[in-house]
Amino acid sequence: MSTIATNEPQRIHPHRFIMWIAIGSIVMMFAGMTSAYIVKKNQGNWLAIELPVLFWYSTAVILASSVTIFLANTALKAGKTSFYKTLITITAILGVVFISMQWEGFKDLETRGIALIGPQSNSASSFLFVITGLHMLHVLGGVIALIVTFFRSFWVQEGQINLVPTQIVATYWHFVDVLWIYLFIFYQLIA
Amino acid sequence: MSHEAVLHGDAHGHDDHGHHEHHDTFLTKYVFSQDHKMIAKQFLITGMVWAVLGGLMSVLFRLQLGYPDSTFPFLEDLLGKWGKGGRITPEAYYALVTTHGTVLVFFVLTAGLSGTFANFLIPLQVGARDMASPFMNMLSYWFFFAASIVMLSSMFVETGPFSGGWTAYPPLSALGDASPGSKTGMDLWIISMALFVVSSLLGGLNYIATILNMRTKGMSMTRLPLTIWALFFTAVLGVLSFPVLFSGFILLIFDRNFGTSFYLSDIFVNGVGALPNEGGSAILYQHLFWFLGHPEVYIILLPAMGMVSEILSINSRKPIFGYMAMIGSLFAIAILAFLVWAHHMFVTGLNPFLGSVFVLLTLLIAVPSAIKVFNWLTTLWRGNIRFTPAMLFAIGFVSLFISGGLTGIWLGNSALDIHLHDTYFVIAHFHIVMGVASMFGMFAGIYHWFPKMYGKQLNNTLGYIHFWVTIAGAYLIFWPMHYEGLAGMPRRYYDFSIWESFKQFGELNKFISLVSMIVFMVQLLFLFNFFYSIFKGRKLTKQNPWDATTLEWTAPINPGHGNWVGEIPEVHRWPYDYGKDGVDFIAQTTPVGADESQH
Repeated sequence: MSTIATNEPQRIHPHRFIMWIAIGSIVMMFAGMTSAYIVKKNQGNWLAIELPVLFWYSTAVILASSVTIFLANTALKAGKTSFYKTLITITAILGVVFISMQWEGFKDLETRGIALIGPQSNSASSFLFVITGLHMLHVLGGVIALIVTFFRSFWVQEGQINLVPTQIVATYWHFVDVLWIYLFIFYQLIA
Repeated sequence: MSHEAVLHGDAHGHDDHGHHEHHDTFLTKYVFSQDHKMIAKQFLITGMVWAVLGGLMSVLFRLQLGYPDSTFPFLEDLLGKWGKGGRITPEAYYALVTTHGTVLVFFVLTAGLSGTFANFLIPLQVGARDMASPFMNMLSYWFFFAASIVMLSSMFVETGPFSGGWTAYPPLSALGDASPGSKTGMDLWIISMALFVVSSLLGGLNYIATILNMRTKGMSMTRLPLTIWALFFTAVLGVLSFPVLFSGFILLIFDRNFGTSFYLSDIFVNGVGALPNEGGSAILYQHLFWFLGHPEVYIILLPAMGMVSEILSINSRKPIFGYMAMIGSLFAIAILAFLVWAHHMFVTGLNPFLGSVFVLLTLLIAVPSAIKVFNWLTTLWRGNIRFTPAMLFAIGFVSLFISGGLTGIWLGNSALDIHLHDTYFVIAHFHIVMGVASMFGMFAGIYHWFPKMYGKQLNNTLGYIHFWVTIAGAYLIFWPMHYEGLAGMPRRYYDFSIWESFKQFGELNKFISLVSMIVFMVQLLFLFNFFYSIFKGRKLTKQNPWDATTLEWTAPINPGHGNWVGEIPEVHRWPYDYGKDGVDFIAQTTPVGADESQH
């Protein structure tokens, strides 16, 4: 245990690399979902649903949050720790806003008489609910990671912050952003 | 976390912890260990427990199939109401068949095989101190452990474990009223499988990152042993296919619990009436399931192929024949694995044109498979063969892979499959080519790397008995099933004695059941050998007992956490320099001499 080291310096930190493979894995899960969506749609008994207007606004919110986390990491690299903390907080708040807007979107659908689950539901609306809900859970995971990163920045001394975890969280955050854009376009084109 | 920081700190220049001594307690050394070698042993031993349970289940349902008219009072003592009157009830029979399949495919041959050898071999053979993330690696085991506990507990609920087949097709899996096993048993099955998927993903991410990112100096990708290449493709398959199964499970949970209609439609259920669901498609589940289900076959098979390549070469004292072709064929199999899933669905009303595309893609797998087989045979050819138990099991693997692979060509034809689908022919095919063959790969791996794992030797005589009875038994059990299947005997039936057409197989079924019991007993002999040798086995005196070239044998006999004392060795050559220039073997760490010939 005394001399633990890898012999070669690496271009990419193994933990960051793990995140990239994990992203590939999550992509496959959503690819499975959207493929199932297409297969199911072609089998008929399908309901054409107009997406809630709120989904447009939530798209803007999550795009904005990608910008803030990018700025946060730039601030951290420049050593502006307090600015970094502010930006991380804003990103997390935008994440929470996104999640609540999606939830309100679901409520909007239900007030229009579209059942998402239960015996009256059509699989078109159920798919919308399950896929969007699954994405929301991934955003929620990101928010939790952001909160952890936020508190981590207090534990370590000024100027000693390890960049790797924040980079990993940022990569993930950009990913859930892009994932939502994909899903949003998918809904518009396929549904 | 500090542990992790110590492990990777040096490489990235932010090691705040320095080289302080690490004190292991019993809990951190044996239970919540982050040492890849200990995690490998945890996977192996948990896998063994499941193998015994899953094997015992097959013995129990073989008892029913072989002796449908007899009663065995001990069954009532053992199983209670499930063995009422000394006979396994139909419900219990289906539960046993289902759990046997689930447990053997996922818990033994995925977690037990990949979990063990990927964990054990990857850091040792690529020259790393540990996995990319030892913490995630530990989590991977504990998710598997939790999955095991949940699956085990499903056997003790009032309505029994899930009984709708290991593929968990709806409506049996989606409808609580479908059968007793579709109630709590299915809830627990799906929770267990969800935990299992998480475990596989955590493991797979680590394996890939370690292989690509943590190799020692000089260890280029084309100097990796074939075990590592095989484990790499296995991990890639798992990471890309398990999430799709997970999607299928999420939809299944919604159908089961929240009344959605992904898979369920307004089918009529006896005693309940028509379901309120509309427009669901059970075939959709099959697509999602088999998108994992087929790659899963290779998730099980590839690690065995990798280990067999390694063991055949070492014990033939010859380089592996066609190293690059071996990597290429692994790659081809990994790609094709994703393009053939619908060959499990030829009789679902699939468009015949689409069917013929899947036939073509399926039969294409014969090409890389044949490349591998011929390379194994040419590696053996004129070799100076050492018939160690590991070598015998590796040769046994090749034999089984050929036998089972050939029947795969039959089943891959959609026209033939209409007749053979869901018969004992299928049972025979996949047990030989996937189940028993991979089991042989696993045994070969255990016999070969046991000295590295425990610093002790296994008893060879017991190993030989284990091998010969198992290989003879495997063929005696599964070969006759081909004939039963060709005659149309369907799988998953409780009692064949009531059909005039299948009565002729009564004696054969009895014979198969008897052999299966003998083979099961011999596995217990292996377990005895394994556990006895851990404690009382002959101590290893040679650091490199098989005269192998790979890095794991340059580590101390009982390596600590971190594997090598001092610097990690540097690699100068590929791992198959056997018999080169008249030298028996040249370790990967030996620099290339000036007058050395090219391989």
